[in-house]
Amino acid sequence: MNFDVIIIGAGVVGGMAARELSRYDLSVCLLEKENDVATGASRANSGIVHGGYDPEPGTLKAKLNTVGVEMLYEAAQQLHVPCLHNGSMVCAFGEKEDPAVKELYERGQINNIPGLKILTGDEARAIEPNLSTAITSALHVTNAGIICPYDLTIAAVGNAMDNGVALKRNFAVSAIEKNGSGYTVTSAKGETVTGKYVLNCAGGYSDKIAAMVGDDHFTIIPRAGEYILLDKTEGSRVSHTIFQVPSEEGKGILVSPTVDGNLLTGPTALKVETPESRDTTPAGLEQVQRLAAKSVPSVNFRQVITSFTGVRSSEKGGDFIIEESKKAPGFVHVAAIDSPGLTCCVAIARYAVDLLNKAGLILTEKANWNGNRANPHAFREMTDDEKNAYIQENPDFGKIVCRCETVSEGEIRNAIRQNPGAWDIDGVKRRTRGGMGRCQGGFCGPYVMALIAEELGIPMETVTKSGGDSYMLTGRIGE
Amino acid sequence: MEKHAIIVVGGGPAGMAAAIAAYDRGVTDVVILDREPHLGGILMQCIHNGFGLHKLGQELTGPEYAAVYEKKVMERGIKVYYEATVTHVSPDKVVTAQSRQGILKFQADAVILAMGCRERSRGALNICGSRPAGVYSAGTAQKLMNCEGYMVGKKVVILGSGDIGLIMARRMSLEGAKVEAVCELMPYSGGLTRNIVQCLEDFGIPLYLSTTVAQIHGEKRLEGVTIAQVDERRQPIEETKRYIPCDTLLLSVGLIPENELTRACGIPMDPITNGALVDDICQTQIPGIFACGNVLQVHDLVDYVSEEAERAGIGAAELILNGAASGEAIPTKPGNGVRYVIPQNVRKTGNDVSLFLRVTQPFGKVKFTVTAGDQVLAVAKRLKAAPGEMEKITVKANMLENVTEPIVVALEEL
Repeated sequence: MNFDVIIIGAGVVGGMAARELSRYDLSVCLLEKENDVATGASRANSGIVHGGYDPEPGTLKAKLNTVGVEMLYEAAQQLHVPCLHNGSMVCAFGEKEDPAVKELYERGQINNIPGLKILTGDEARAIEPNLSTAITSALHVTNAGIICPYDLTIAAVGNAMDNGVALKRNFAVSAIEKNGSGYTVTSAKGETVTGKYVLNCAGGYSDKIAAMVGDDHFTIIPRAGEYILLDKTEGSRVSHTIFQVPSEEGKGILVSPTVDGNLLTGPTALKVETPESRDTTPAGLEQVQRLAAKSVPSVNFRQVITSFTGVRSSEKGGDFIIEESKKAPGFVHVAAIDSPGLTCCVAIARYAVDLLNKAGLILTEKANWNGNRANPHAFREMTDDEKNAYIQENPDFGKIVCRCETVSEGEIRNAIRQNPGAWDIDGVKRRTRGGMGRCQGGFCGPYVMALIAEELGIPMETVTKSGGDSYMLTGRIGE
Repeated sequence: MEKHAIIVVGGGPAGMAAAIAAYDRGVTDVVILDREPHLGGILMQCIHNGFGLHKLGQELTGPEYAAVYEKKVMERGIKVYYEATVTHVSPDKVVTAQSRQGILKFQADAVILAMGCRERSRGALNICGSRPAGVYSAGTAQKLMNCEGYMVGKKVVILGSGDIGLIMARRMSLEGAKVEAVCELMPYSGGLTRNIVQCLEDFGIPLYLSTTVAQIHGEKRLEGVTIAQVDERRQPIEETKRYIPCDTLLLSVGLIPENELTRACGIPMDPITNGALVDDICQTQIPGIFACGNVLQVHDLVDYVSEEAERAGIGAAELILNGAASGEAIPTKPGNGVRYVIPQNVRKTGNDVSLFLRVTQPFGKVKFTVTAGDQVLAVAKRLKAAPGEMEKITVKANMLENVTEPIVVALEEL
């Protein structure tokens, strides 16, 4: 099939672009090299809706952040993605750092960010009593929030699919050729898809994708960030997202509640060889703990649930690269999407669609487009009485599989069935939280594997953790 | 709302023994709620033998031991709700469960908590490196092998020498996997001596003490681990790092009582045991709510779980039949060489009281002394004592009569 638009990369930006394009009378194909969406930078980042005070005025980041916050809140509501408008604080530790808070405030005024306020240390502690006594001033960012990045990506892709977008997984792009009316994209396995226009949303690989059409004017610098996630017992240490002003040790470590009620600390910033890096390091984890405790000394790191590493795709220019390639007409790069990329994802998607339009893509709105997605979390949001009534009709929702996060068999089956369905254990985890709690899948893992095998009609032995060679079992006993 | 005299949360060895004991003491309106489709709890995946030597005088497998108790539950007609996961227990003893039949709510006169424990996960250990498939907690691997019939890997390293890890070293060897090493962070094993002999030594599997897994390698499936000896702060020593190729890492690094319901109910906890504070009949500090088995303290042998649960069951039944026993509560405290003492409170009821404890580190020949002020209440000698093995010391009822000061259990090396 010849698509109107091919999107390479099903991260939050590719997913949101797919959703924006699904508004129009177009055939769209979303390509993803992994077994699931949201497996790159959208899998593991801070999950922050940034206020917009930070980007250098005049940059694309500043422009899209200012308009993007409200766009994101609106999309999250339509897609039923939990999002908390909790506000943030950027803290200074001592006289030397106080001017930095003032500087960020002034930058925020230039960027036209509403609701910024400078607090004294005591004012900040009056709002957040667990903040360190060493904090002398803070920028209060009232429009900031938190959102789950992979939940948002899954929802955006799902909504795009509901509106007709095709998703091809395990399609690692290995070559792109110009053909008469567009591009032929070939996978490592030799499959091809053709399209008139291409959106390069390949995250850590966007420079490699660009190079396939002879465009080598930017180079992605993968930077790893290590995080430590704490139990829900620590989730109420702070209600705001707590940042530190940039210091010699980098941009600082945040301490933030998550939409699920846990506490997140991190990230570090370490240049790494490959965007695939998932390694946590002793030095990184030590730094996260030390600097998180600098802001909120009472964080109890004995309540660690897990630690993980995410990789951001940065570029030396420091700004987003969203432009039609000068080497390849109709080929639009959406690259170097590091912070505040999540905040800007809807704005970025619209900006990119606008570029495609300028490059000749005709946008005719569909009459029947539906931007609302069925709420996959409907069951867990019910009262006991509502649950009881629902279980009478759907008994699978009565059987709890993941006891730590109280996830039922019905919710897991739904996650495997609903667009884009979970095909592996990590996919179930990201969609339902099943296996994400204190025991980390120790009890529910075998049960989840059996449900995946049953729903997909595959043997247990072929169930994977995250696609590819991530097999869980090596065979039957006695074979 | 359904009303019952006693609701037991969990149908493993503790829950079954508690329910049977309560029934036999005269309270027949006992209900067990279990999240699985069968009774027996974790015993059902423990197909090795060694269960029941103390309590039943025979050597059984886990499912056989469970079957003994299941039969007694059935004979008494004790009502069991299967696949009913308790989601909340309130201080006024309303128990909420979720099952295929709907959201079930019960009002009980007494609640016995018997939820067992869970394994510490990789995340809680902060092991560095990547996050591939092939890293299992030992119990999860045990379930996949013994209940589902699948092999989880071929070349195995085990971190932690707890009993499940040792048992799984043997189990995987028997099924043709190569167990390269068992690494133990501490300078001694936390497992039972008989398991070290029968599961490692008999199979030629090396046990490396004061050694940890410093890094996990592999992108999709585990490719290997870096192990290293640790210094006195338990940090890996750089020069001792060594790479072992393997496709499977089993973690047997400790058990944590599953007390989410207990905490949510507001029951005061012991920070050392991670279980509730209880008195000599396993009653928590909320009257009418009891806790027993591994949710109270992680036991070494299931036989002792059953014994403890029987005390809880009888205690709950007597509370219902006779009302709360009078008698002041005397606190207990761990002294030299002792990590914790259960129960944390002893009431003077005219009965003998058993104190359960674990020691802080391995010792040779020791003498335990139970004192209250200047008064010596009991003395017990052991040829050796290890943190992996639970100790029980009984104080005679008459010795407790005049006690007013806290009861301290301490040891001295002989």
